[in-house]
Amino acid sequence: MAYPAEYRYTKDHEWVQLEGNRARIGITDHAQEELGDIVFVELPSVGADLGKGDALGTVESVKAVGDVNAPLSGKVVEVNENLESSPETINQSPHEDGWMAILEAKDPSEFDTLLDAASYEQFLAEG
Amino acid sequence: MNTIFELNQSHRSEGTGLVPELDVPRRGVEDAIGASHVRSRPLRIPSLAEPTVARHYTKLSKLNFGVDDGFYPLGSCTMKYNPKVNEDVARLPGFSCLHPLSDPALVQGALRLIYESQEWLGAIAGLPAVALQPAAGAHGELTGMFLFRRHFEQRGETQRVRILLPDSAHGTNPASAAVAGFSVTQVPSLADGTVDVDALRAELDDTVAGVMLTVPNTLGIFEPRILEITQAVHDAGGLCYFDGANLNSFFGRARPGDMGADVFHFNQHKSLSTPHGGGGPGSGPVAVSSVLEDYLPVPRVVHSAGTYSLQWDVPASIGSVQSFFGNFLVAVKAFAYILQLGDEGLRAVSENAVLNANYLQERLKATYDLPHDGLCKHEFVLSGKGIADGISTLDIAKRLIDHGFHPPTIYFPLIVKEALMIEPTETESKETLDRFAEAMEAVAEEARNTPELLHEAPHHAPVRRLDQTRATREPVLTYPFEDS
Amino acid sequence: MRYIANTDADRQAMLDAIGRSSLDELFSDIPQTVADRFRPIGIPPQSEFDVVRTLSAIASDNPAAKMVPFLGEGIYDHYTPSIVSHITGRSEFYTAYTPYQPEISQGTLTTMFEYQTLVCELVGMEVANASMYDGATALAEAALMADRIRKTGRIAVARSLHPHLRRTLDTYCWAAGIERIELPFDSAGRCDSSNVPQDVSAVIVQTPNTFGVLERLEGLKERIGEALLIVSTYPIALGILEPPGSYGADIVVAEGQSLGLPMAFGGPLLGLFATRPEYLRQMPGRVAGRTLDEDGNIGYVMASQTREQHIRRQRATSNICTNSALCALAATVYLATLGADGLRQIAELNLEKAHYLADRLTGLDGVDLLFDAPFFNEFILRVSEDPGTLCARAKAAGFLVSPLRGFDELDDTHAVRIAVTEKRSKEELDALTDVVGGRA
Repeated sequence: MAYPAEYRYTKDHEWVQLEGNRARIGITDHAQEELGDIVFVELPSVGADLGKGDALGTVESVKAVGDVNAPLSGKVVEVNENLESSPETINQSPHEDGWMAILEAKDPSEFDTLLDAASYEQFLAEG
Repeated sequence: MNTIFELNQSHRSEGTGLVPELDVPRRGVEDAIGASHVRSRPLRIPSLAEPTVARHYTKLSKLNFGVDDGFYPLGSCTMKYNPKVNEDVARLPGFSCLHPLSDPALVQGALRLIYESQEWLGAIAGLPAVALQPAAGAHGELTGMFLFRRHFEQRGETQRVRILLPDSAHGTNPASAAVAGFSVTQVPSLADGTVDVDALRAELDDTVAGVMLTVPNTLGIFEPRILEITQAVHDAGGLCYFDGANLNSFFGRARPGDMGADVFHFNQHKSLSTPHGGGGPGSGPVAVSSVLEDYLPVPRVVHSAGTYSLQWDVPASIGSVQSFFGNFLVAVKAFAYILQLGDEGLRAVSENAVLNANYLQERLKATYDLPHDGLCKHEFVLSGKGIADGISTLDIAKRLIDHGFHPPTIYFPLIVKEALMIEPTETESKETLDRFAEAMEAVAEEARNTPELLHEAPHHAPVRRLDQTRATREPVLTYPFEDS
Repeated sequence: MRYIANTDADRQAMLDAIGRSSLDELFSDIPQTVADRFRPIGIPPQSEFDVVRTLSAIASDNPAAKMVPFLGEGIYDHYTPSIVSHITGRSEFYTAYTPYQPEISQGTLTTMFEYQTLVCELVGMEVANASMYDGATALAEAALMADRIRKTGRIAVARSLHPHLRRTLDTYCWAAGIERIELPFDSAGRCDSSNVPQDVSAVIVQTPNTFGVLERLEGLKERIGEALLIVSTYPIALGILEPPGSYGADIVVAEGQSLGLPMAFGGPLLGLFATRPEYLRQMPGRVAGRTLDEDGNIGYVMASQTREQHIRRQRATSNICTNSALCALAATVYLATLGADGLRQIAELNLEKAHYLADRLTGLDGVDLLFDAPFFNEFILRVSEDPGTLCARAKAAGFLVSPLRGFDELDDTHAVRIAVTEKRSKEELDALTDVVGGRA
């Protein structure tokens, strides 16, 4: 699967899509492959104030638990409740329908410090 | 396979036939306890005749694979042969018919066995005091962590809230530390698989309660700087916990107390040969240094002038971790094992266990990736990476079933990708090891030529590969009576 | 060495294959200082016959095993059907490992699934795990679980729990920093829950309680606010008692020894643990789940493993790994052998014989029941003589009876504990009555 060019990425396999100051966050295709079939997703509470690197949630498969951290700081304004009943959405569409939360970014410039698609793909290749 | 709830039988009888009918005047349940307490909720347990029960469980047993069925090279589990004489002596009515709250004067035999077990386990550990109360290895770990807590509490050093452990540690180690109220700091391993001693030293400050180590470690490697590590931790005011899961590798050769351990737990259902039971009961006694003796759980079994008794008045004790004396009948089996083997036999255990492991490692490293080559102890870790594209360790394990073997431990330790952890134990013959090596080589060959054989394995087991995802996503954890 | 298959020739061949010259060389990785410090235990090997002889002698030095036990307090002398040990003695069951490879562990996993179902049926709950070590650690883990859910740092605990349950609960709660508030018992021997504090994570009661008395659970759940109701119970009694689940319990635990396990001097035991489906993710221990294999056949696997230590490590719901699987199998075979009808009959025998004995004993001068409330098969007797003297007399007659222990406030009350099971014959009950009455 291709990594969308307009997204940014972290070395912990989170992605961010910035629209104005709204940052949509999820985990990458690589992460969902590593985890396997996802059975449970823990999402943050709407209204939570997260700093960059703070715990945002977890993604659980049959054999592993992945921690998801906020790639940039902000307040949680929306979470993808659909994941409660259909956690497998993350496996099927990790970069689109499998989004986890939307943050109102405190400092949108943090976005630029993250890896771009090419750098993330190179990071994966170095494995 | 059906469960008892699906057996279409309804057996009726007057009485159970197991014990005599009522021989005193009947008062009536409702009269005795009042209608409000009497059960109205149905009890959906089928009534089956004994032959039906016997057949059902006999059939189920044949879907299992035990040590008596074949080679069981599960790393970290020490699946050695379970001696049958141990089973027999544990069934003696003089042991099994004892109520734990009997007057100690009437159970001197049992108390003697507990006391002498304490002595022998203490001698193996090289530590002065032992408690048999923990019911499993992880329970021993928890007990050890409780002892650490009490120790620092007594000394007014409650700021010591951290436990250090290597990234190769068994999952129960950090879990036990956490349940006991500690936080866990992971110390990395070096490329050679040993603990990064410099990184460990860097963590030592007055917030550290101690370290939890497995010796030899979970890669089967004996930490060469073990004395330096325990000295450093003690110098920093901390304590050392040694996980005894790998005791099978050094019986008769080394003692944890001589390496600086303050607590050492035994897995009697591993190195001391008691059976695994499909998941217990085990037994996890702890041996401790004099520093921690005062905190051991109550009741303590003590001996004076030829009489064994229970000591309850131990002011600084952590209390109790199990109802009574721990898993006594399991301790009986381990006691019989040590009695039969003696020092000579125990020494032969580690010699043969380590030889078997090194032989198998040498043979298999020609085919499989061995991240840490060199002298191993009783177990070693291979990686399933690089056997063939798209083949995982899981695939290899499932195909081994078709070759008649229980697979090794997979995906542990976490520091090796696609890990295959192999522990042959001393009770396996060279012939068995050779046959296993041949099977491993055959599977590697199949992986390259006919990978679908692995992906769809097992083919020759009572069931095909089971859908774990479905079981967790749509939990069905009890028989669905409503659907039947 | 009987359990080692290899010969010297085998060992030599293997040493050659790995390029080592001696067995000693295999231990060259042990630091010399450590190797030098080693000391053996100091015991020779023995023949199997000698082992049997020695252990038999030790076993026969336990006269209590041949006496008639009226002891209880959580461990009871029930009858175990012969078939139980014949099933648990099958090596496919007892020499097997934890079922991490489910395809070759369907025996263990299917029986785990049956056991979980049976536990739920007994206690009236919807989810049960595959066992804990014993009733005491099951209760301790229930308290920890409740505090993980409610996070108040406090629990209310009935004083009328078995002393050994309170002791283990205290140890686990001390380490977890959970404060215990004690709920007293009233003159009838029942837990006084009229003043349950606010803001506790759980309220813990036992029924039948340690005095043998049946607690009144109606309305308790409704009175305790947001706290979880944890009930510790007695499986045989549930053959005729309304189970805790019917009263809204959130977690039910029990000691399962009475389900086909010998008294075993207190171990191995069996911890039953059941809860509500909404708490599954917080539940400790293993759980077997039903699923399908690639061909669409029903099979069983360990489900929800991400709760457990091998995946979650320090964030696991518990550190438990090995539990009491073979004992759970014994309980499963026991219940399958009895069925609901059989269990009810056994429970009735317990109740009837205990009430007969209580009637006969209280007919003696200076003897009455300490507590007036309904009981199942255990009661506390108040006698006029020193309890120690009475118990010594009973011992001389071959009966095991103990004073009531663990309640300082009742020390001056001459109290004696009596438990009766289906194994006690009318002759034994009448004989004990004679001993207590001083006529024996």
